[in-house]
Amino acid sequence: MTAALIVRRAGPAMTVQDLGRKGQLVYGLAAGGAADRVALAEGAALLGQSLGLAAIEMAGMGGEFEATQDIRIALTGAPMKADLDGATVVWNASYLMAAGQRLTLGAARSGNYGYLHVGGGIDSKPFLASRAAHLTAGIGKLIQSGDHLPVGTDPLLDQTGNVLIPQDRFSGGTVTVLPSVHTAHFPEDVRARFEATAFERTPRGNRQGAELAFEGPPFSTGEQLTILSECMTVGDIQMTGDGQPFVLLPECQTVGGYPRIGTVTPGDFAKVAQATPGTPLRFEFVTHEQALAAHRPLETLRADMARSVQPLIRDPHRMHDLLSYQLISGAITGWDHIED
Amino acid sequence: MTDQAKQSKTFPRLQNVGLDGLLITFAERLSDGANRAALAFRGRVEAADIEGITETTTSLASTFVLFDPLKSDLDHIRAQLLALLDGTDWADVPLPQGRRLWRVPAAFGGTRGPQLDEAAKLAGIDRDRAIEEMTSTRVRVLTIGFAPGQPYLGTLPPHWNIPRQSGLTKQVPTGAIAVAIRQLVLFTASTPTGWRMIGQTAFRGFRPDQDAPFTLGVGDEILFAPISEQELTEIENTDQTGLGGATSEVIT
Repeated sequence: MTAALIVRRAGPAMTVQDLGRKGQLVYGLAAGGAADRVALAEGAALLGQSLGLAAIEMAGMGGEFEATQDIRIALTGAPMKADLDGATVVWNASYLMAAGQRLTLGAARSGNYGYLHVGGGIDSKPFLASRAAHLTAGIGKLIQSGDHLPVGTDPLLDQTGNVLIPQDRFSGGTVTVLPSVHTAHFPEDVRARFEATAFERTPRGNRQGAELAFEGPPFSTGEQLTILSECMTVGDIQMTGDGQPFVLLPECQTVGGYPRIGTVTPGDFAKVAQATPGTPLRFEFVTHEQALAAHRPLETLRADMARSVQPLIRDPHRMHDLLSYQLISGAITGWDHIED
Repeated sequence: MTDQAKQSKTFPRLQNVGLDGLLITFAERLSDGANRAALAFRGRVEAADIEGITETTTSLASTFVLFDPLKSDLDHIRAQLLALLDGTDWADVPLPQGRRLWRVPAAFGGTRGPQLDEAAKLAGIDRDRAIEEMTSTRVRVLTIGFAPGQPYLGTLPPHWNIPRQSGLTKQVPTGAIAVAIRQLVLFTASTPTGWRMIGQTAFRGFRPDQDAPFTLGVGDEILFAPISEQELTEIENTDQTGLGGATSEVIT
């Protein structure tokens, strides 16, 4: 019998996500997939498995989980308060979760999207070669309390107790952008002001897009209403009718009529996706050559992280016992410091 | 900023989009020719099977090409696309093979098309003439978007260049046909819209329970076959396929 992850209590916005489904743009369907791909690479590195496996994405809030058989788990992305049968669990680490143990994940302490990975991946039925829920397209559904999520076969069940230092992407900062469809429609002074302006995330947003706030006049092309609907790409920074910026996230539409001043480079995309209300963001245009030089594909990221994974404690087999002792708390504080 | 800041006004126009995209635009405004060009050029790019290109799609008047920037560099892909463009008038190039003609039963007017009279009036014709035009004009899938599998169909004769409503219709049903700016939308999901609803079908452009969930491809054509409201109700009550009584054949 295959293992299942039982959802005892689902947070409000939990879905199964992977790298999404490519090749469907011509049918009006964006690739979708995890909002924070770096978190997928980190989870794959911690569990020593493929980047393509599906995990549970948890927006803002975790939930409670139990496994029908012993499984491995790893937690990445937005760090949340976490415990396994009452013993504190550190983020960005892998654990053995024995059958019947209860994993409890609380609210995100920074960032938006936390990820629960399982050894072998979530093995739900794929649709167009992906398990990713794409709710705006009517594909998949929110994870509900009581769901039994099938877990794939895990050949590495004894490899747990690893930890890695996550890529910092939870505190905003400078986000590099490349020209997009309508960049040239924005006058040079408007583009310069765009680069000089301090933005921050607002609470408005979902997996389709993230709204940004700023002080100053709107960023306008001066021909806002006459632009023909044009192809959109994830990361595009769209100025809606009133000049309000939205960064398009994985469930964006495939075509749209609002002008886009630029598009976030793939390497900085997670910074925007994980920015919470108030997180400061600035945009800086780079050349294609600069962006390419800085580009690290996810598979490279996964491989590099897999090499830098460290044992969480000296003896992973005793990890569960050790977690009930206070001596581990020093280490936990250490990781918290790195995450924040 | 890059040199792309100084945008060319000549068409076709090739521009970079992000790290892995190239957009080839055939016109600033939608015309039947510009859409044909976008579809034909996409077909040409697909057939050329250029190393590094990962996906192609079209909007109303552009072809969009995605590539893997680590497999093939931007300059190389640009050069290949420019070579394919090659001064050809893509509006005159035959559309790709394999497109289908769909005959889709549709009820116009009445409760199934509450804004038919209003739309016909804006187009300067009466309702009978409007139905006659809607059921005798082969319209092409100009692009698919805004919702998965949802076609924008056209182009209708010039007198159908009617504006969208200033307000929104709160909800049109799945399968609704709505009109504006010489185009029809055949809605794949119930949604608010600024387009005027003139008819309805039981045709589903997105059928997630099917192995091939997208019913239409870009460049396919639709001819609406007039049926009564009662006939539509019967189809709705009996159809298991989501095709709503539609049949199709390859356009030769």
